[in-house]
Amino acid sequence: MSNPYIILPIISQLFTAILLMFFWTQKNTQKAISVIMSLVTLGISVWLLTIVLKNGIHVTQAGSWEAPFGITFIADPLSSLMVLLTSLAGLAVSIFSVGSVRNARVRFGYFPIFHFLLMGLNGAFLTGDIFNLYVWFEIIIISSFVLITLGGEKAQIEGSIKYVTMNLLASAIFLTAIAILYGLVGSLNMADLSIKVANLENRRLVNVTAILFFVGFGIKSAVFPLHFWLPASYHTPPPAISAIFGGLLTKVGVYALLRVFTLIFVPDEFMINLISWVAGLTILTGCIGALIQNNIRKVFSYLIVGHIGYMIAGLGMFTEAALIGTVFYLIHDIIVKTNLFMVSGLIFKIKGTFSMRNLGGLYKEYPKLSLLMAIPIFSLVGIPPLSGFWAKLFWVESGFAIENFMLVAFIIAGSFLTLFVMAKLWAEVFWKDGDKLPKKINVKYFWELKPLKRTAMVFPIVFLSLISLYIGLGADHVIQLSTIIGKQLMDTTPYIEAVLGPINESQP
Amino acid sequence: MELLLVIIIGLLYAAGIYMMLRRSLVKLIIGLILLGNGANLLIFLLGRIVKGKPPIIDDASYVLAEIYADPVPQALILTAIVISFGLQAFAIILIKRAYKVVKTDDLDEMNATDEDL
Repeated sequence: MSNPYIILPIISQLFTAILLMFFWTQKNTQKAISVIMSLVTLGISVWLLTIVLKNGIHVTQAGSWEAPFGITFIADPLSSLMVLLTSLAGLAVSIFSVGSVRNARVRFGYFPIFHFLLMGLNGAFLTGDIFNLYVWFEIIIISSFVLITLGGEKAQIEGSIKYVTMNLLASAIFLTAIAILYGLVGSLNMADLSIKVANLENRRLVNVTAILFFVGFGIKSAVFPLHFWLPASYHTPPPAISAIFGGLLTKVGVYALLRVFTLIFVPDEFMINLISWVAGLTILTGCIGALIQNNIRKVFSYLIVGHIGYMIAGLGMFTEAALIGTVFYLIHDIIVKTNLFMVSGLIFKIKGTFSMRNLGGLYKEYPKLSLLMAIPIFSLVGIPPLSGFWAKLFWVESGFAIENFMLVAFIIAGSFLTLFVMAKLWAEVFWKDGDKLPKKINVKYFWELKPLKRTAMVFPIVFLSLISLYIGLGADHVIQLSTIIGKQLMDTTPYIEAVLGPINESQP
Repeated sequence: MELLLVIIIGLLYAAGIYMMLRRSLVKLIIGLILLGNGANLLIFLLGRIVKGKPPIIDDASYVLAEIYADPVPQALILTAIVISFGLQAFAIILIKRAYKVVKTDDLDEMNATDEDL
C-alpha cells in the first residue's frame, strides 16, 4: 500500500531541528520548541503504528521510482514500533534536557543536533534500502559525535576519540559489505536482495559478506569482542546524552542485525553457531564487567553490553518464539536503559558524584524518589511481573525446544549476574549510610534548582517508569504486538510483497 | 586494470588497518582516511571498469545487451566521499582538540576514562 505520509516522523524531526536553528541564542524558546515538537512526533509515531497494525505494511517509493530501482521507505510493524520507541525516549530525554543540560551546551546547539540524531534514527528504521541505511547511520553517528564532544571536558574528549574511531571503522566495514553485496547481486533494495541473495550459487562469498555485515553492525551494537569502546565512552557526556545513547544507539545496531539477518541473509548453521557464541560471550562479559565497576554510569554501560547479548541470543536461536522474545526485550530495554541513565543523572544532581563508594543514604533522604528509581532498577533485573522477565521466558522456552542449552545457561547466568549487580547498586547507593560529601562548587545541586527544572528532571523518569510498569503488568498487549512482529521476521513474504508486488511463484 | 585496482585496494585496506593500530592520533586519522578510500575504490571496481560504454540504450532496443559501466556505484561513491569528507574533517578537529586538552598524542596515555570518577 503506497502512502507517502510514512516519512512524517523523519520530516517532523528535520523540521524541528531547522526551526531550532532560527532560535540559536534563545535557550528558553529552544527548550519549549523541543518539548512541543517531541510531543507532536510522538503523536505521529502512535498514528503510524496504529495504521500499520490496522492496514498492513505501508510502502512509499522516493520520487515514484519503482522498486527495486528507487529508494524505498517502508513502515512494517517492527520499524514503526522502533519509531514509536524512539519518539517516547526522545520526548523523555528532551524534557530531561530542559532540567539538566547546562546553558553553555544549549548555546552551542545541543537541541538542534539532538533532533538531527532522532531524525537519523527514524530514517534508519523506516528505510528499505541498504545504502540508504548506511547514509542514515552516518547521520546518526555525525550527530552523536557532536553530542558526545559538546562541552569538551577532558574525559569527554578521550571517550569520544574511542567512540569516533570505532564508529568510523564500523562504517567503513559496513560500506565494504555493501560494495561486495552490490557486486554479487547488483541491487540495493532490501526486499529485492532478499530474493536474489537466496538464489545465489556461491554460498561462501555470501557468508563472507554476511560476516562483514555482522562485524559492521556488531561494532555499532557493541557485541563481544567488539564492545570495548562502549564502556570507555558512554559515561563521559552529560546524563541526558548518555540516556539517548544508551537507550537507542546500540539498539539501531540490533535492529539492523535483526533486519539483515532475517531478510537478506537467513542464517545457516555456521552463522547460527557464530551468533550464538558471540551472544553468550557478550552476556557474560557485559554482566561480569558490571560487577567490578564503581561508577554507576559505567555499571549501566556494561549492562547495556550484557543485555545486547540477550537480544542477539534471540537471533541466534532463530525460532519464532525467540524472535518474539527479542522484540519484547527490545521494547523493554530501550525504555528502561534510557530511564536508568536519567536516574544516574538525578543521583548526580542530588549527591554530586557517580561513585558508588561515596554515594549512600539516598533512601533516608529522598524515600519517594528512591522508590521511583527502584522501578527501572528492578524492571531491568526482570523480577516478575516487571518488564524484563517476560522476554526471558520466551528465550528459555525456545532454547529448550531447539536444545540449545548453552544459550539458556548463558541467559540464566546473565540474569543472576544482573540481579547481583543491581542488588549491590541498591545497597550501596540507597541503603548504605551516606557520608557527608564535600560540596562541589561547579555543580548545581538538585535542591538549588528552580521547581520547574526539578519537575523537568523527575517527570521523564516517572513517565518512562509508568511505561515500564505497563510493559510488565500489561505484558499481554505487548506480547500480542511482539508476536505479530516475530511472525513477520520469520516469514518475510509480506515485507517483500509490499515492496515488489505479488511474487510470481514460478520464477526462480 | 582490474588487477591493478584489486592490488591497490588491498594495499589501502592493509595500510589503513596498520596505521589505525599505531599509537599516534595523527596516524589513526590517516588510517581511517586510507580505509575509507579503499572502500570507495572497491565500490568503483564493482561497477565494472570499461572504457567508452555509457549505460545508454539506443533507440532500436529495450535493454542493454553489452557490458556497460554501471552508474549506480558511481553515485554511491559520490555519496560516500561526501560523507567521509565531513567525518574526516570532524575527526581532524577532534584530534587537534584532544591534543590541546589532554596534551599528548599517544593513545596509551589517554586513560582518564578508566579512572574511578
